[in-house]
Amino acid sequence: MIDVRDLRRTFGAIHAVKTVSFDVTEGEVFGFLGPNGAGKTTTISMLCTLLRPSAGAATVNGFDVANERSDVRRSIGLVFQQTTLDDALTAEQNLRFHAFAYGVSADVRERRLRELLTMVELWDRRADRVRTFSGGMKRRLEIARGLLHHPRVLFLDEPTLGLDPQTRRRIWEYLGELREREGLTIFMTTHYMDEAEQCDRIAIIDHGQIVALDTPAGLKGAVGGDLITIDTPNPEAAATELRDRFGLKAILAAGTISFQVQGGETFLPDFIRSFGRPIAAIGLRRPTLDDVFLHLTGREIRDGVGSVDGSPALDGERAR
Amino acid sequence: MTELYRGLWVVAYRELLTFVSDRTRIAASLVFPILFLVIFGAGFGGIVGQMAGGVDLLTFMYPGIVAQAVLISSLFAGVSVVSDRESGFLREILVAPLSRTGIVLGKAIGAAGVAMLQVLMLLVLAPIVGVRLDPVMIAQLVPIVLVLSFVLAGIGILIASFAPTQQGFQLFMQMLVFPMIFLAGVFFPVDSVPAWMQFLSKINPATYGVDAIRHVFLGSGPAAAGLGVSVLGHTMTLVEEVALIAVLGVVFLGAAAWRFGRNE
Repeated sequence: MIDVRDLRRTFGAIHAVKTVSFDVTEGEVFGFLGPNGAGKTTTISMLCTLLRPSAGAATVNGFDVANERSDVRRSIGLVFQQTTLDDALTAEQNLRFHAFAYGVSADVRERRLRELLTMVELWDRRADRVRTFSGGMKRRLEIARGLLHHPRVLFLDEPTLGLDPQTRRRIWEYLGELREREGLTIFMTTHYMDEAEQCDRIAIIDHGQIVALDTPAGLKGAVGGDLITIDTPNPEAAATELRDRFGLKAILAAGTISFQVQGGETFLPDFIRSFGRPIAAIGLRRPTLDDVFLHLTGREIRDGVGSVDGSPALDGERAR
Repeated sequence: MTELYRGLWVVAYRELLTFVSDRTRIAASLVFPILFLVIFGAGFGGIVGQMAGGVDLLTFMYPGIVAQAVLISSLFAGVSVVSDRESGFLREILVAPLSRTGIVLGKAIGAAGVAMLQVLMLLVLAPIVGVRLDPVMIAQLVPIVLVLSFVLAGIGILIASFAPTQQGFQLFMQMLVFPMIFLAGVFFPVDSVPAWMQFLSKINPATYGVDAIRHVFLGSGPAAAGLGVSVLGHTMTLVEEVALIAVLGVVFLGAAAWRFGRNE
């Protein structure tokens, strides 16, 4: 559905995206995870034909993003980071404008409009001006709008940025529903870990390059297993026993011992039975995508204010 | 071609929809011209008395006020580009499968449509200021308002393409709009002012629009009596003025479409 080959984009001397390649198959939810400025928005802008690639090629729904821009645009739905609704118009008027602009026929338009507004629970508010909507309502309306012309791929750029957890969950429910019903392919960027977990596959992007691409489980598996922590009266002795009897390398920090094992939940019962010392508390934590990112880049995703500004095209609007 | 055509009508449709659903803007577009007519008419009418050709000030001003409404609402096309850019809605327009030229033309046509609605509303005042209306006049007004709108919308969108923020743009527009209105001969005959001001008036495209509308309302009598616009000793006729505005419209809209296509 999306096929990207050696895609590159430079802004003057800045290499916002340096040689990115990947495929997204039909019906897949594909995530782009990375800190701000990693090149996510630049990549999405190229795939949406808003920005011309400096080099390389990409097709969306079989159409070339550089030469068949109108066909690409008709194949995709877009939800941006910042809202792109007309505040002065009503929800319905915003959707109708979109249908007109994409040439959706009148009978399809009204049916689809009702169906989508009902799904995002805004049917009752359809005649209200968007100005009166909350941030979450606006985002839901934008998702409905992005789907109005039956796109094959939905692009979501940080779809739940700045929304409360309840609204975020709701939006994920809609997306799941759509995917099931319409076989929609979803391409999204995010820097929320819990959001990335919802994807079938994730590409981790840093400094304009893909550093890893796998399923969430696969990525986490590569980190080195589950993290186990133990509180015990004599941590030094416990660490020694772990090394000698179990062959595990334990780290001692603030009186707590921690170590990594594969398959933590099956390891623990045996371990507790055979461990010769008293245990005050025991903890098991699965590796998160945060750990994956830390492992791959040596940085936390949150403090990753990259040196590359990856989104001039959408933030500045005028860059070309 | 379908993308040009579709861009043109959806953008124009939305401009009109925004206007008709904004009651404040509708009210303002009617109240300001009335204020101008009443205050300037009453304020200067007594001093000026009758003008050349037996025209009184209020009658002279009325076509100018109509033209002023066209001027303001057409230049607004530029404001709407900048505010769409700031609200983000411009991006919704830009990612749709629409041609850039179609979008610019749609803004201009939308502005012309809004101008036309305002002109029709102002026609209600005609009997009060002593201007007789007939269907032929209205038929003549339509094309004049259209071409005048296109020039001014073109200028507005062209300026908008250089303006990074709405505040800066609005400030600049105010510096442009008021001199443009005052120099266009809305309130006084252009040919009777000092030479330096005549020069400024005559390089102002709006001057010819104001005069063309005045020709329609008052006939060619007042122009012959010295209330018209003469360029290099030649008094401009209605046809010449419309032709001039049309050419300028093509130039400015063309430039606006080119800048817009390149920048956005």
